[in-house]
Amino acid sequence: MGFGRYVLHRLLLVVPTLFGVTLISFTLVHVLPGNPALVKAGSLATPEHVAAIERQMGLDRPVHVQYWRYLTGLLRADLGESSSTGRPVLEDFRQRVPATLELTLASLLVAAAIGIPLGVLSAVHRDTALDHASRLLGVGGVAMPSFWTGLLLLYVFFYLLGVAPPPLGRIAADVVPPTRLTGLYVIDAALTGHGTALLSALHHLMLPALTLGFAVMAPLTRMVRATMLEILESDYVKAAWAAGLPRRRVIYGDALRNALIPVITLLGVIFGFLMAGNVVVEMVFAWPGLGHYAVTSLVTKDAGPIQSFVLFVAVMYVLVNLSVDLLYGLADPRIRLR
Amino acid sequence: MPWRRLARNRLSFAALGAILVVTLAALLAPWLAPYDPDEPDAAAALASVSVRHPLGTDLYGRDQLSRLIHAGRVDLLVALSATAIALTLGATLGAAAGYRGGWVDHLVMRGVDAVMAFPAFILALAITAALGNSTANVVAAIALTHVPIYTRLIRGEMLKARETEYAEAARTVGNRPHQIVLYHLFPNCVPPLIVQATLAMGFAILTVAALSFIGLGIQPPQSEWGQMTAEGAGYVVSGGWWLVLFPGFAIMLTVLAFNLVGDTLRDLLDPRMRGVR
Amino acid sequence: MSELLEVHDLTVHFATEDGLVEAVDNVSFSVRPGEILGVVGESGSGKSVTAHALLRLIRPPGRIVRGEIRFEGADLLALPEARMGAVRGARIALVFQSPRTALNPVLTVGRQIARLYELHQHVAPAEAWRRTIEMLTLVGIAEPERRARQYAHQLSGGMCQRVMIAMAIASSPRLLIADEPTTGLDVSIAAQILDLLRALGRRTGALIVLITHDLGVVAEACDRVAVMHAGQLVEIADVHTLFKRPLHPYTQALVRSIPRIDREVAMEPIPGAVPSLLAPAPGCRYADRCARVLEVCRRERPVLRAAGASHEVACHAVEVESGTAVR
Repeated sequence: MGFGRYVLHRLLLVVPTLFGVTLISFTLVHVLPGNPALVKAGSLATPEHVAAIERQMGLDRPVHVQYWRYLTGLLRADLGESSSTGRPVLEDFRQRVPATLELTLASLLVAAAIGIPLGVLSAVHRDTALDHASRLLGVGGVAMPSFWTGLLLLYVFFYLLGVAPPPLGRIAADVVPPTRLTGLYVIDAALTGHGTALLSALHHLMLPALTLGFAVMAPLTRMVRATMLEILESDYVKAAWAAGLPRRRVIYGDALRNALIPVITLLGVIFGFLMAGNVVVEMVFAWPGLGHYAVTSLVTKDAGPIQSFVLFVAVMYVLVNLSVDLLYGLADPRIRLR
Repeated sequence: MPWRRLARNRLSFAALGAILVVTLAALLAPWLAPYDPDEPDAAAALASVSVRHPLGTDLYGRDQLSRLIHAGRVDLLVALSATAIALTLGATLGAAAGYRGGWVDHLVMRGVDAVMAFPAFILALAITAALGNSTANVVAAIALTHVPIYTRLIRGEMLKARETEYAEAARTVGNRPHQIVLYHLFPNCVPPLIVQATLAMGFAILTVAALSFIGLGIQPPQSEWGQMTAEGAGYVVSGGWWLVLFPGFAIMLTVLAFNLVGDTLRDLLDPRMRGVR
Repeated sequence: MSELLEVHDLTVHFATEDGLVEAVDNVSFSVRPGEILGVVGESGSGKSVTAHALLRLIRPPGRIVRGEIRFEGADLLALPEARMGAVRGARIALVFQSPRTALNPVLTVGRQIARLYELHQHVAPAEAWRRTIEMLTLVGIAEPERRARQYAHQLSGGMCQRVMIAMAIASSPRLLIADEPTTGLDVSIAAQILDLLRALGRRTGALIVLITHDLGVVAEACDRVAVMHAGQLVEIADVHTLFKRPLHPYTQALVRSIPRIDREVAMEPIPGAVPSLLAPAPGCRYADRCARVLEVCRRERPVLRAAGASHEVACHAVEVESGTAVR
């Protein structure tokens, strides 16, 4: 069956890509200046002590052996240790991934909830004031650095208007975080019926999500608009209209449904933008996620976290793109039923 | 309805003008800046906009306008160098891959795939972190993440042209020297290259700004727009807006200008690339 | 005999970035009950635009500048849009060119037909599906239950065309417009499609307007023929007269350019090309390609004049030669 082969093909392609990703991330940190053994041993350590730690960490072995150890370690979910926190990187990750996940999902929601309708309306009311405004917003939005957007929003909504909380984290300091079920404060608070936590979490999520959402909105809007325009000109839309279906139904039914399918492919690209944006936005709002973790590790030249972060992002990127491809294949009957 | 074309062109001209202004300001920085960008003035520290300091001053009393103009040099220089390097390297790789085919093509494309498996910014971050905080390393990092764009572009053009050129070569007696083929093929590649390079300038500036914002890349005392924003970030919660607004605005304006010009160039030079307007 | 469809002075313009394109210029014709009218012309002659205009499918940057379309006692161009919705698909149906692109790729073909039953005949989905299967059988699709659950890309060109026809006649329209129904189809399939259209016409009593660039199709299936050139209607006659005694220079050239199997003829292509419809010259648009062009041709647009029983021609040269010219 055509589709089965398509899926298999895509899955097989992923393997060498993942390999390449581990290779690159290993290489990068291997090039990192500074001796991790030295960092771990501390500045007061004797050379013998450092050498001992080097042997323990396997740093005295040849490169390919180190790579192999790294790879097998990965498969055992051993991401090494963080020299600054002293904990296994995996532990730190476990704590921080939900924060980043929550921010990412919220931003995606913002981007989709505003971006898609904007793109659709832009296409349906082509060349009107709305269209021009949304295109301007798109072009301008792409040019705005996300840290700037975030800081401006902070200034306006926190300092001037006082409706946003200070950028100190995910939840107000005096509110107890909800019981950890998923790690996403909003979901957990909702599930446990913890009203105050829910409100506080949403309140704190507001600006970061808006900032990051706005940053990735532009390509989404542009693509929705372009696809929608193309479809509105298509024969089958005209034919549906000619057959008596009311124009409104044709646009928001047929045309929209067809337009959303290619948008799926964009989700992979958007994920990439989101990951990049996460790093910056988490720094601006002191959001305790992976991006924040990575940046603080960079400053202390902590190799483990950086390497793992880069690897994690890349693997996620590959997996998301794979899922997007497969999802698209499912959604479009022309691929599903070859 | 020539209105739309005219309006679009006016906007592009404005954008082109903006780029010229920024470039000129960067070039003439030492003469244009009213103050020495590094000169502290404790008495006027953290002052908002005023006649003396149109863009305010920072913690040390340094004039922000002067710093902004000087910082522009760094941003433009980094973006330009990175783009130039990426273009040269990428085009060469792409030409080799497209023209030679076989294992060269395979190798190059695997490399491209590996690089593109990372979100560009994350990769640039990782490379800068690995190599160390310096302007040169930032340039290298950004250049590396941009190489795939040009590689794919040139390779595509090569593959297309190879069909025709080889067919002709097969018919003519004797072999065509590689130089001639390249001379014929390359002019075709120039327009889309220019378009991509222009658009890439915008990305490059955003990348160096973001890297500097989080503390990588351009280090003080060199000023850079993203770094300036980072310095001012802490004051936003207490009302200090001028340290953040102006550098960020400079970034936005410059990137916007490059994007607009790039889009217009794309419309003009390569109708094939034109999507739905 | 009253005509069911009368079109008077239909004019459609398109405002493009390069200027105003006058796609259809004062076209007038009528369709009588029980006849199949063929509309023939080169591509770019305005045939499809006319068809779309009949259903008021022209959208900006296109505009129906003037005209009157009398159908079932009302002027379609004067109807409010809400009423027009009741006409489309139900009273007048259009079968589009290139059937595969006129079908929604992500809906099953059955669904696309069934929902029309739900819409026009207000039946429940189950009943609509039953009628869909019935209709698919009627238009000659084998294994209709299986095919109805398939998508456009899984069907052959001929089958897609049949599906389109099924969609069109789902609510027994009074007027069926088929735009290039045989283009891109195998000769034998094309013949089947034409037979189908004729049979459906006889069976339902619908009027059929057949748009095509292929004179062979016209000869085979049509009762009367209207010839269009560059947005202007130049001649209209019954099919025998048109082929035996074409009067307009363009029609004559068209007929002459048909390859013949029964005798040796020199195939004469028509000189020149269809003129640009962008800010066209006043007067007859065939003037630059015409062997019999007169000075008046470039100045004044010729009007359709009777030249025999149910034969009309718009040509100054013909008028002059037959002595019926006003001037």
